[in-house]
Amino acid sequence: MENATRKIAIICSKGSLDMAYPGLILANAARMAGHDAMLFFTFWGLDIVNDKKVDHLHMSPLGNPSMPIPAMIAGLPGMEALATKMMVADMDKLQIPHVREMIENLADAGAELYACQLAMDMFKLEKKDLVPQVKDVISAMDFIDKSEGAQVIFV
Amino acid sequence: MATKTYGGVAVEVDDEGFLKKAAEWTPEVAKAIAAEVGIPTLTDKHWKVLEFARTDTASQGQSPGPRRIVASAGVSMKELYELFPKGPGKLVARVAGVPKPKACL
Repeated sequence: MENATRKIAIICSKGSLDMAYPGLILANAARMAGHDAMLFFTFWGLDIVNDKKVDHLHMSPLGNPSMPIPAMIAGLPGMEALATKMMVADMDKLQIPHVREMIENLADAGAELYACQLAMDMFKLEKKDLVPQVKDVISAMDFIDKSEGAQVIFV
Repeated sequence: MATKTYGGVAVEVDDEGFLKKAAEWTPEVAKAIAAEVGIPTLTDKHWKVLEFARTDTASQGQSPGPRRIVASAGVSMKELYELFPKGPGKLVARVAGVPKPKACL
């Protein structure tokens, strides 16, 4: 019943609001259930831990077949802000924490957060540009080493 | 249906070890379950969390997840994980004798 050795590693590669939550929620659920959890933020996923961007993540209604509006309208100015606002309002109603708070909770819960070195170089970011909960900036190979034995989830 | 004896009391449990009837819970049962899940001593802070979980479950009809516990039971997220290091999401409910939480947070 208490499977103490289970370990979950989640790669967050997207920085839109709707793609940020699945990884964060799953990592949190892993810790809630007593499993090790680590997160690796790479490429656009770095936005989730970028101190300047974390409070301003957006969701785009464009190119999303699940959105109940035609693409022509979804592409109009202001639609992205509207879609984002609606999603945030819905989540507030369910008392789902905002992304920054999710990250604080994860760190308090003992999840380990890492940023991808190559993506950091590409976006000209330094460790000080990230939220303080990020433990380290590591290479892809470091991630592979650290996630040995883990079940890996790519978001 | 599985029956287990905790602290000298026979209680009904489900497949994952959660008590089926909250009324069968006693502090002695809690101590014995806690010992089984790696918590040798229940401190005042543990009891505060467990009491909150029981009263909240009774009033809300479902057991609280960590977010709700931290919001109301007077412990921080960090403390909650120190109190229940093998996973407060499940273990608070198991030791408090309430069902496995459905909350994702």
